[in-house]
Amino acid sequence: MSTDTQLDLWEVFIQSRPGSHYTHAGSVHASDNQMALQNARDIYTRRNEGTSIWVVPAKYVTASNPEDAGMFFDPSNDKMYRHPTFYVMPEGAKQI
Amino acid sequence: MTKQEALYKYLLQLGDNALIQSHRLSEWCSKGPILEEDLALTNIALDYIGRAQNLLQYAGEVEGKGRTSDDLAYRRPEHQYYNNLIAEMPKGDFAYTIAKQLFISTFEFLLYTELCTSKDETLAAIAGKAIKEIRYHWTHSRDWCYRLGKGTAFSNDKLQQAINDLWMYTGEQFEMSDEEDMLCTEGVAYDNKALQSKWQEMVSNVLTASNIITPVSGYMQTGGRKGIHTENLGHILSEMQYLQRAYPDATW
Repeated sequence: MSTDTQLDLWEVFIQSRPGSHYTHAGSVHASDNQMALQNARDIYTRRNEGTSIWVVPAKYVTASNPEDAGMFFDPSNDKMYRHPTFYVMPEGAKQI
Repeated sequence: MTKQEALYKYLLQLGDNALIQSHRLSEWCSKGPILEEDLALTNIALDYIGRAQNLLQYAGEVEGKGRTSDDLAYRRPEHQYYNNLIAEMPKGDFAYTIAKQLFISTFEFLLYTELCTSKDETLAAIAGKAIKEIRYHWTHSRDWCYRLGKGTAFSNDKLQQAINDLWMYTGEQFEMSDEEDMLCTEGVAYDNKALQSKWQEMVSNVLTASNIITPVSGYMQTGGRKGIHTENLGHILSEMQYLQRAYPDATW
C-alpha cells in the first residue's frame, strides 16, 4: 500500500434525521477536527442527506481481523431463536 | 431616478458580485489542493450561483422588461456589470483564494445580516437564505487563515502576500451610490459605510490570530460599481457568455 500523504484519515458518520442512528458514510482527509467536520459536510451532506455529523479519527477505530471472522461470526449463523421475529410489531412503531 | 430603477441597479450589484465570485471559485474544480477542498470550494461556488440566480431573477422582475436571470447573466457587456473589483480578481494560488474569500465573506456576513430585515420582502427572503451559507463560507475561510497563517513559514508567507496584494480592493465594498442612499432611507438597502469599522475589526481579529499582519489602510481601487472594470472581467465573460453569444437561445 502506498503511503497516504493527504493529511489524517477520519471516518464519517451521518444521522439522516433527528433521533435516528448514525450511519457510516465514508471517510475524509483533514488536519484537525473542525476541518474534518467541514469536509464531511461538503462531501456527504450536500444533497440534504443529514442533520448531524460525527467524525472520528480513523486511527482510533479498532477493526476486527478478517482471520477471526469464523470465530467471531459463524457461531451466530444457526441460532434462529436469537432473531426477534417471533413478536408482533406494535401498531405504528417504525423502529424498535 | 425612481425607486424601481434604484432597486434594479442594487440587485444587479448584489447579483453580479455573487455570479463573478462563483465563477472564480468554480475555476478550482479539479484543481483543488486535495479532493476534499476541491469539493468545498466548488460547493461554495454553487451557493453563490444559487444566490446570483435569485437576485438576478428578482432584478429582471423589478426591471419589468421580461428579462430572465439568464438574459441578465449572459447578455450584458462588461460595463453593465456592477460587481466589486475584488470578485473578478484571478483565483490565484490557494492562499489568495482564501484571503479573497475572507474579505468578501466578512463583508457579506455584515451586509446580509442587515438585509435580512430589509423592508423589501423578497430581498429579505433571499438574504435570509444566503446568510446561512455566508456563515459557513466565513467559517471555512477563517479556519484556513488560521491553518495557513500558523502552519509553516512558507504558508504564512503565502497568506501574508495574498492579504497584502488584495488589500487595495477591499475599500470599494464600503462605497455608497445615490441609488443606495435612496434605498437606505426607504429601509430597503443598508449603509455600506456603516459596516466598515466592524469589518476591519473582524478581519484583523482573524489575521492577528493567524500571525498575519493586517495592512494599514492606504490607496483603494475603485470602479467596478460604476461598470469600470479590470481586464479580468472581460476574460471571465468571454468564457461565461460564449455559448449564448455564439448560439443565442440555444436549448438542448
